[in-house]
Amino acid sequence: MSEQKLQSQTVQTTGHAWDGDLQEYNNPLPVWWVYTFYVTVVFALVYWTIYPSWPFGKGWIGGLSNITYVNSDGETKTHSWNTRALLLEDMNRAAIAQKPYFDKVAAMSYAQIAKDPDMNGFILSAGKALFSDNCAPCHQAGGQGVVGFFPNLTDDDWLYGGSFDKIHETITGGRHGYMPTFSEVLSPEQIDQLANYVASLSGIGHDATKAAAGNVLFHSETAACYYCHGADAKGRKEIGSANLTDNIWLWANVPAASSAEGKVAAIRSVIASGLNKGVMPAWAGRLSPEQIKVLTVYVHELGGGQ
Amino acid sequence: MQTGLEEQLGLYQKRIPIFTRSVKGRFRRFKTTVLVLAYAIYFLLPWLPWSRLDAPSQAVLFDLPGRRFLIFGLTVYPQDVVWLALLLFIAAILLFFVTGLVGRAFCGYFCFQTLWTDFFIWIEHKIQGERPARVRLYRQPWNREKLLKVGGTHVLWVLASFWTGMTFVAYYAYAPQLVLDFFTGQAAAAAYITVSILTISTYAAAGLMREQICTYVCPYGRFQSVMYEPETLAVHYDARRGEGAHGRATVRAGRGIVVERRRAESAEPVAVDRRQASLSAGERALAERHEKGLGDCVDCGLCVQVCPTGIDIRDGLQYKCISCGLCIDACNTIMDSFGFPKGLIRYDSEQNLAAPEPTAPRVEWKRLKTIGYGAALILMSAYLAYSIGTRGSYDRAVNQIRQPLYVVLSNGDIRNRYQVRITNKAAQDQTYEISASGIPAGALDLGNFREITIKPGHSGLVQASVRLTPELAEHTHHFELVITPKGKPGEARSETVRFDSPKEEHD
Repeated sequence: MSEQKLQSQTVQTTGHAWDGDLQEYNNPLPVWWVYTFYVTVVFALVYWTIYPSWPFGKGWIGGLSNITYVNSDGETKTHSWNTRALLLEDMNRAAIAQKPYFDKVAAMSYAQIAKDPDMNGFILSAGKALFSDNCAPCHQAGGQGVVGFFPNLTDDDWLYGGSFDKIHETITGGRHGYMPTFSEVLSPEQIDQLANYVASLSGIGHDATKAAAGNVLFHSETAACYYCHGADAKGRKEIGSANLTDNIWLWANVPAASSAEGKVAAIRSVIASGLNKGVMPAWAGRLSPEQIKVLTVYVHELGGGQ
Repeated sequence: MQTGLEEQLGLYQKRIPIFTRSVKGRFRRFKTTVLVLAYAIYFLLPWLPWSRLDAPSQAVLFDLPGRRFLIFGLTVYPQDVVWLALLLFIAAILLFFVTGLVGRAFCGYFCFQTLWTDFFIWIEHKIQGERPARVRLYRQPWNREKLLKVGGTHVLWVLASFWTGMTFVAYYAYAPQLVLDFFTGQAAAAAYITVSILTISTYAAAGLMREQICTYVCPYGRFQSVMYEPETLAVHYDARRGEGAHGRATVRAGRGIVVERRRAESAEPVAVDRRQASLSAGERALAERHEKGLGDCVDCGLCVQVCPTGIDIRDGLQYKCISCGLCIDACNTIMDSFGFPKGLIRYDSEQNLAAPEPTAPRVEWKRLKTIGYGAALILMSAYLAYSIGTRGSYDRAVNQIRQPLYVVLSNGDIRNRYQVRITNKAAQDQTYEISASGIPAGALDLGNFREITIKPGHSGLVQASVRLTPELAEHTHHFELVITPKGKPGEARSETVRFDSPKEEHD
């Protein structure tokens, strides 16, 4: 069996005695606790040597541990350990790992990229990351845009054209859509007539007499709408004027209005006040050519392109 | 002045060293068989070759960087985590099932703490000798002999622990290469860390802590106790038989075992000597004892000496008992040597022991709980086998793009988009065709990827869009996307997907 030992122990005293018999109990810390404490002391000393620890003059003691990484310019950088350098190291390592893919993007034509299953997977993931970082604040996370502010990139209507080249041009150089204010040139009745005509083009409920008058006005020199929107009202891609005959609305929030009057009113307000907010910034200096190329394919795939 | 304080107890109970005596018998044989089998599997499996085209030729390889688990002919991917979950459920139910029937059989025969402790005690026994020699060594002051024997034991323990850790790591990389890399300092940091942790923990748990793991650390032992029922078979001391009316009593010198036991290293030689001589004498001796009101227990203490947790089974069923059966072996040996009937300590149920007329112990399974566990065990094992047997050669997931849910196109048509992800789980390249049913031909647009070829173990992503006229969109709420591996039409699978349109949204 076993060596039975008494579990009890006598109480220790510190050995002092006052007034003859007044003693002080000694209640030592558990041994495991004391040794754990010593281990933490040793740990702290090791930690101070390896990692940044104490403020010193205007700086601090950096510690022996270094972080070395190669940045995008190919330079090797070394810092004493800190979390910012750690992040830079991670980011640069990721960039280097991504580089072969971006090199491939740069070397391939749009048609080739669109047919390659591996590149397709890369575009869907890398493109989504780039889009989320740069484009989503206006065009929304899924590219659906906001009626009245930012174009929907997932439909099949492209103001400036939906080919790879046109999308690339749009991202690189930016766009600025403009429509003059007509409230100073035309009377409210004329604007109402025009609005009814535009509604009729898309098959929305309208007043036929007003629309007929609007038709005349649209093609006259008084309003001169056809200058930009074309005689067939289908818009001109070279200047980015909207196609007024389809079901897509960017500026006038027609889909949101429930009644026919409301829809016409939404069109009326756009004609009256004009537009000067269709501004998309140029991304040429802000993104690398490969990144723009990835985004071009990604945006093309969002709406199916043209 | 300080009356009573001397009785103050320490916070922690000091470990009482246990020196187990070796014993022979049915349960010892069974334990040794399990140990040898388990060790053979654990230590040799990583070295079993298995020819593969696209991976190292190792029969069982958990390829973490490749995110796959190669188990003989089966490749398991992280997506199959359901199998692991099921396996763990089965293991749990098996534990409940077995514990309800025969008590803590897992603890006593199969638990790795028991196996490794057993092995470590075997090493200790080989170097330091049988129990009396070990006790003597423990008590004697440090000298050359003690240093050599105790030191040698610990060195062997550390080596065994190290190879335990090394073997564990060998499951995660091509074993011959890994061992070579390990000793040349080229293996991954994770390998060194894992081996160190396992070496230390194995050495500590099987060499130093032993029964303290079962008593203080392990939760399984504790919760198995609540699964005991009156019908459960467990290692019991038959107190009625052993204690009689006036309790147990040693056999007097000259007629019994006490003197001879001191001579013998282990109990076995005694048993052999006595077996022949005392068959009929045993019956007479027993009758004599019964007349005096004495029980059958000769109080030799062997059941306590062989116990790896250092308990006395005669105190009744207790939480420290891991149900290893060694005390049964020990007691049977002694009973045999006196010619007394065996089974004073035996597997029996509380119910049977308390019965006025105890019958032969047998496994009682006709209980709702046991049958329920058994049924669950069969169902889950069958499902796991079915699921692995009918596993597909590929995985698919179709997600509707929800930003936006639908797009109104310039002519009023409604378009929904989907992302189709196909994972090739076969061992070779495979081309998959994607088609749709339930919508007009031509409504499905897959861009350039009407079919896609995917490498083994890789995934392919395809963007699909479906365009319907407003009238059709109004009536279409669901349709099927069909994925067909080229050349294997039998493995075609379809996924039902939603189609959203503005009308539906206002509903």
